[in-house]
This record gives sequence, structure tokens and C-alpha cells, in this order.
Amino acid sequence: MGRMKTIARRSFLVGSVALAGGVAFGTYLVRKTPENPLSADIAKGEATFNPWVKIDSDKITLITPHADSGQGVRHVQAAMIAEELDLEFGQFETDFGVPSAAYWNRAMADETVPFMATDKSMPAEAMRSVMGGLLKVLGMQLTGGSTSVADSYEKLRHAGAVARETLKLAASEKSGIPIENLKTENGAVILPDGSQYKYTELAELAATLEPVQDVTLRNPAEWRLLGKPMERLDILAKSTGTLSYGIDASVEGMVHATVKMNPRKGGKLNSFDATAAKSMRGVKEIMEISGGVAVVADNTWRAIQAANEIEFDWGEAPYPAEQEDHWKAISASFNEDSMDMEWRNDGDIAAALKDDDDTIVEAEYRSPYVAHAPLEPLNAIIKVTDEKVEVWTGHQIQRQLQVIVSGITGHDQDDVILHNQYMGGSFGHRLEFEHIKQAAEIANRMRGTPVKLTYSREEDFIHDFPRHISMGRGRGKVKDGKVVALDLKIAAPSVVSSQMGRANIPAAGPDAMIATGAWNNPYKIPDYRMCAFRAPELSPTSSWRAVGAPGAGFIFDCMLDELIHKAGADPLEERIRLMDHDVSRKVLEAVGEMSSWGSTLPEGTARGVAFVESFGVPVAEVVEVTSTEDGIKLNKVWVACDVGKVMDPVNFENLVQGGVIFGLGHAMNCEITYSDGMAEQENYNTHAGMRLNQCPEIFVKGLENAPDIRGIGEPPVPPAAPALANAIFAATGKRIRELPLNRHIDFV
Amino acid sequence: MQLTVNGKTREVDVEPEMPLLWVLRDELGITGVKYGCGIAQCGACTVHVDGVAMRSCQISVGDLEGEVTTIEGLGTPENLHAVQDAWVKHQVAQCGYCQSGQMMQAASLLAENNNPSDEEINDAMSGNLCRCGTYPRIREAVKTASKTIREA
Repeated sequence: MGRMKTIARRSFLVGSVALAGGVAFGTYLVRKTPENPLSADIAKGEATFNPWVKIDSDKITLITPHADSGQGVRHVQAAMIAEELDLEFGQFETDFGVPSAAYWNRAMADETVPFMATDKSMPAEAMRSVMGGLLKVLGMQLTGGSTSVADSYEKLRHAGAVARETLKLAASEKSGIPIENLKTENGAVILPDGSQYKYTELAELAATLEPVQDVTLRNPAEWRLLGKPMERLDILAKSTGTLSYGIDASVEGMVHATVKMNPRKGGKLNSFDATAAKSMRGVKEIMEISGGVAVVADNTWRAIQAANEIEFDWGEAPYPAEQEDHWKAISASFNEDSMDMEWRNDGDIAAALKDDDDTIVEAEYRSPYVAHAPLEPLNAIIKVTDEKVEVWTGHQIQRQLQVIVSGITGHDQDDVILHNQYMGGSFGHRLEFEHIKQAAEIANRMRGTPVKLTYSREEDFIHDFPRHISMGRGRGKVKDGKVVALDLKIAAPSVVSSQMGRANIPAAGPDAMIATGAWNNPYKIPDYRMCAFRAPELSPTSSWRAVGAPGAGFIFDCMLDELIHKAGADPLEERIRLMDHDVSRKVLEAVGEMSSWGSTLPEGTARGVAFVESFGVPVAEVVEVTSTEDGIKLNKVWVACDVGKVMDPVNFENLVQGGVIFGLGHAMNCEITYSDGMAEQENYNTHAGMRLNQCPEIFVKGLENAPDIRGIGEPPVPPAAPALANAIFAATGKRIRELPLNRHIDFV
Repeated sequence: MQLTVNGKTREVDVEPEMPLLWVLRDELGITGVKYGCGIAQCGACTVHVDGVAMRSCQISVGDLEGEVTTIEGLGTPENLHAVQDAWVKHQVAQCGYCQSGQMMQAASLLAENNNPSDEEINDAMSGNLCRCGTYPRIREAVKTASKTIREA
């Protein structure tokens, strides 16, 4: 209990840091069920059984409140309800729903406690329970942290089962047949004689009944939909150009806006001259907004053209102007005063590393700033009237968006109506609010006129809050062909405090994101210390797919690989030997089997392996490369991971392959660097990621040994960079300790 | 100024230097064509001009010569083009934002060469970025569409 007490005294942790001062709430509040938002505007004859199911005489609507950035959660949420409700695809509509406390994210609690995912001890579970209560009381509706499936798995199947049993009760009352003689199938209640009542026929009666809460969930062995290949609900629209994203939304009478914000993020606007821009065709208004200028026109391109003609005098950046000074600040943070958390301290590391001899390995690693750059640039339509505010945009923290907008327009939070949209990618970008704030500011000055704000790609890059930079310093020891000691220090600014600050969510306490992907890997090294150091805030930063784990995972796993090489051990065998967690060990063994690890390879071809656990999901990847005259060629990748249960093997494979490609591509050629306080990369020509011609074959295996159901959106990303760097070392003898790798080696 | 899009003649009153992309999206309301980068780096805005894949962000509408086809003109949910059908079968899309451009690029490739090699697929498709990383499925879908077209 000692450890838990220490942490509890310091703070509650939210997003891995604390809500300053904590939040007082009692058991009553935690037990209280939030109101069903569907009840608010329910029509006569329309039945709602819970916040996720609505049926009237015409149609069945399933609410899928987790935001869809391409990971397919709209589909999987609907499938979970449909599984228990005995609905087939095509028999229901889906809706993103309205922001509501009823959609609080239960699974975020797992991500907010400072315990390893593998830790099922009483203090760890107790802390998760406390955090779960806190998130519920806060009504924290959030899509992130790969939690959508974990959050939805029980509650959406339950929601479907409640609707099913209540519809059966309605059919029983209507027919006089006892409920136990009724069954459901294909969107209808089936009577013993084979006749049926469609759910839509039962809606009016069901609406008068108290929902049946005592339900039994189906045995997964009996599933019709889940666990089997499904055709995603959005796949036809996405294959025909007919799916509407936020950037495609259109509102009667809307005008088109773009902004130019200080590229020295957070700096002031000293002055600007818009004389030339004002007279350009289609320009309606040019206005100063907080930190920049907005141009309103009758067409997006005209707005962007005019914005480019404005001359600006920008103020200084509130962070070092040159990249070199960012690194110096990180480097200077490895000291006692900047210690954020000692995450691991096993054995006696000081004694183990006291000698300075040939058994010691020492190295320094760097992970750079990286941009999110989803292909759909940031955008939002906002219409402000005296009565209400309407917002059309794709966002992952719906209720906080209401808070942010109401703070600008002065409306009540409930009068901010969000029409959440499909997103053309996010990778963390659409957890941010800057574009929302700007659109609200413009629209508030043009009350009655809907304003569509679209960022240019350049603005999207320049004003992105990138993944945080980090630096690792490792010192370890080998003995008798084994890794026996590791002292790893990682320093980085706190991404969580940067992000939470902009979202007006108070944060304090240690930031697990500095070292996640390192300390939580369930290895047992006899003498092992892992400390996180908190650098001052430099560039503002934001959660980037897998947040801390891509940087810290690269540092940790490559350092481990160096030690294994020094020991003369096999990279996969030694990782398996050190692994102290059955589920994770099986993941490593599986990737070995899949790749026929150890088989003879042609001259110049070699493999690297890496293992990183993030968001509770152990992932092992083997990357095979060939060193050619034109540079490194990526041949194949094998991935094994364990999410407990795979919901849809097709989408699962697609997400894992995509995560690997995302991890590899950015490791190969992406970084954001600062000069004169501004990002030097403004478009995909200098920050491309992977292209199709570079893409290796990727083989995926999802194991189902883990006791908990987890999400797969992020976990495949972190092991990709170290597996590639380790493969390059194996093929060339060159140990690259810095990302992106193309600083030191060419790729075909 | 007149242009032909998806078989229909359309009249627009715009400056000749406006890129075709923005004429399609903001003036004609054809939104299957996407804005991604504006500098021909991502391919999200790919359309056909007389059947050949072009980046619509790079064509000033005043310089346009030929008929324009967008994803909406390639096929419809009720009547899929072979490429779209393959994209559905392989469930290529994640966010899907780049896929209109990917499919227009693939359709143009297959119209010119109905049996492309892996290298020819690489050469034709590598100008189209997919940030979600659906490349393995794009490759497979191009091959499936190629087979469908050859057997038709």
C-alpha cells in the first residue's frame, strides 16, 4: 500500500497526471446514472431503452458516441449492440449522438493510473476503481488512448441485451405469451408459432415499459457478428467518394474562412497590413483574432490566397527559437530537481554498475518532434445566434468542446450543439481545440452567418502541436551472455500538461507519458532502474498516436538491443528469457514462429525485433531489411499482439498494418525542427512518412490470451521504429540512436 | 467559363487561375475530390482529365482542356467501377480521405495497362499518400481490379 498512498497523496491522475487538488465526490454521485440524452427529445411512440438504442415505428437508430477518425469504431460500436439485439446490418441506422455525460469513458481509468497494465494487485485495482468513479462524475466523454473497444465491450452489448429483453416483454404483453417462450432474430421477436413482431411494431408499447435490466450476455462462442470478418458500415461510402467529412459539410448561407496564426506558436501578433488582401476578389472580412488574423471569403481558395497576401509582424516564440536549444534544455534536465518519477528500481543498480569495464554499455538516444498531419486539414463550421451555437466538426472530446465554445460565445454549455462528423484521420490532432476556438471567435462576430474555417495544409503543419521530443541515457551491464543490469533515464517535456492546459483541464503530478513504452514493459532485469525527468515546456506538444510510447519505446528497446548484442545473445531469445509476463512472452514466441526467426538469410539481409507494451497491449514486431547500393530496403514485417479478443479480424489486420506503416514511415523520414521559432516543415514534401513503393509485406497475428479486452489503434506503432533500427544494425553494423533514421542512412 | 464534369456541362464564374480542385469543391459542390496538400504531394485531389489521372490542385481552371471525371463519375454505390468494387471487397479504407484519389489513380493506371506488375503499381501509386497506411490493401485491390477488368 505504501506506493499507492504516496501517489494518492500527490494527486489523482487523469491522462496520467493529476487534477490539481483532486475532485470531491461521494459514493452517491458515483452510483448515480447519468440521464439518457435520448429521453430529452423523444417523440410519442418512440422507445429508448438506454443512451444507445432508439426505436420508433419506422426505424432503429443505434448511437455510436465514440468518434470515428478512421479506426472503424462507428462500425464496431454498432456491431456490439446489434450482436445482442439480434439485428442484421442494413436494419438500423447509426448516429454519433449528442455530447453527454452518459457516454463517459470507463476504460480511460486504466490509462490514468501509475501501475503496469499487468499489475492486478489490490492497490492497482483499487486505484483504477477510484479513477473510474472520477471519470464518471466528470462525464468524461473521450475517444483516445485506444480505449473505444475496451470501454464499449461490456456496456454496448449490455445496451443491446436490455433493448432485446424489453422488446420481448412488450411482445409478451401484446401476445399474452410468456416471455420465456419468445426469442429474437433478424430485427423481430419470434413467437412459438413462427409469427413475428418487428421491433418497430413494438416500439410504441415498449416505450411505456420500464427497461428490463437483469439480462444475460451471450457466450462469445454463439456470436453471429463479433469476432468474424464484417463489412464495415462506412466502406461503401468511402469507396465511392460519397462519405461526407467535416471539410465537406455545408450549411445554408455559410461563408469560407481561413486563419494565419503566429507561426511562433503562442507568440503575439504585433501588427499586420491587409491592404492588398482586402481588395481581392471574394474577400468579405479580415479580422484580428486572438494570436492571428482571419480572412472570410466566399470560397476557401480565395480566403487562403488573401491570407497569403497579408503582411505580418509576429512576436517572439515563448520557447527557444532554435532546435539546438530545445535539445540543450532536454539535456540539462537529467538532474535530481527535474526528476518526475522513479518508475522502476529493482535490485541494486548502483552496485551493479560501479565498475567501468568492458561489460558496460552506455548510449544516448533522441526522439524528435513529429507532426500529426492527418490528410483532412483541420476545419469546423460554427453558426452563432443569440439563442444557440451549432458546430459541425469531427472532434474526440465532445463535451469539452461545448465548454470551450461556450466560454467564447457566452452561451450555456447545453446550448452549444455539436454535430460530430467523420474525420479524415486524426492521430491525436482532433483532440485539440485551437481551430474550434478560432472558428467560434470569427462566428461570434458574425452572428447569424455560418462560418466554415478551413486550415491550409501549411497552417495545419506550422500550427500543429507535435509529438514531444525526448532523450534517453542508458547504462547497462552484461554478464555470462546475459543482460543483467540497466539504468535508463528518459527526459522530455510533459505533453499532458501542455495539452491539458490548452483544453482548460487542470493537470499536475507526474506525467507517465515521459516514460511509457519503457518502464511498463514487463521484463525482469535483475538490477534495473528507470527514471523519468521532466524538461521545461518547450514547443507546445500534443498526444500523437501512442503518445509517449513511440519515443520511449524506441529508446528502451534499442538500448536493450545494444546490451543483448554486447552479451552475444540472440535478440529474440534474450527478450523471451527476460520477459516476466506470460501473455507477453507468447507474443514474442509467436512473432518468432511467424517469421521463422533464426533462419538463414541472403547476404545483406537481416532482421531486427522489438517489443513494446502500450495501452495494455503487448506487441512484438520483426522487421527484415536488405542493405542495397541505393540504401535500406524494407522487405517484410511480422507482428504479433494480444488484445484479449479480436472484434473484427479484417479491420484488426488493417489497423495493425496501418500502425506499423505509421511507425516505420515516421521513423524513416519525419521530424519537425524549429528555426527562428517556427517549424521548418510545412507540407508533406518535407514530412512524408511512408509511400506505397517503400511499403513492406506485413503479416499480422492477433493472439487472444490476455484477460482484458483492449484496443489496437495505437499499440502497433511503438515497436516499429526500434525493430527497424535494430534490423538496420543487424544488416549494416550501424547503430542509429536518433530518429528519423534518414539523418544517418538512406532508404530505397 | 464552361467545363464538363462527369458528363455534364457546368458554368462557373471564377478567375482563370483558380485551381480545378476548388472550382469542383466550392463552386460546384463536388466533394468526393479532396484537398490534402495543395502542392501535388498527396494525390487526394486526383481526378481524370480525358481519362488520365491529374492533380486537380495543380490545374488552373483557365488552362483546363478536356473532360473532367471525379470519383462520383467513376461509379456509384449502385453501379460500382471495377476499382471501387475491389476497394469494397478488400475493405481498403480506414479514414478513407485519400481513397477517392487512390481509386482515380488506380483506374487511370488500369485503363492504360490492365495487367500492371508490382513495380508498375509502385510507380503509378506512390504519389498518393495514405496517412492511415492502407498500402497493403491498395496493392491487393489494384490486382483484383486488374483481374476483373481483364476478365470482363
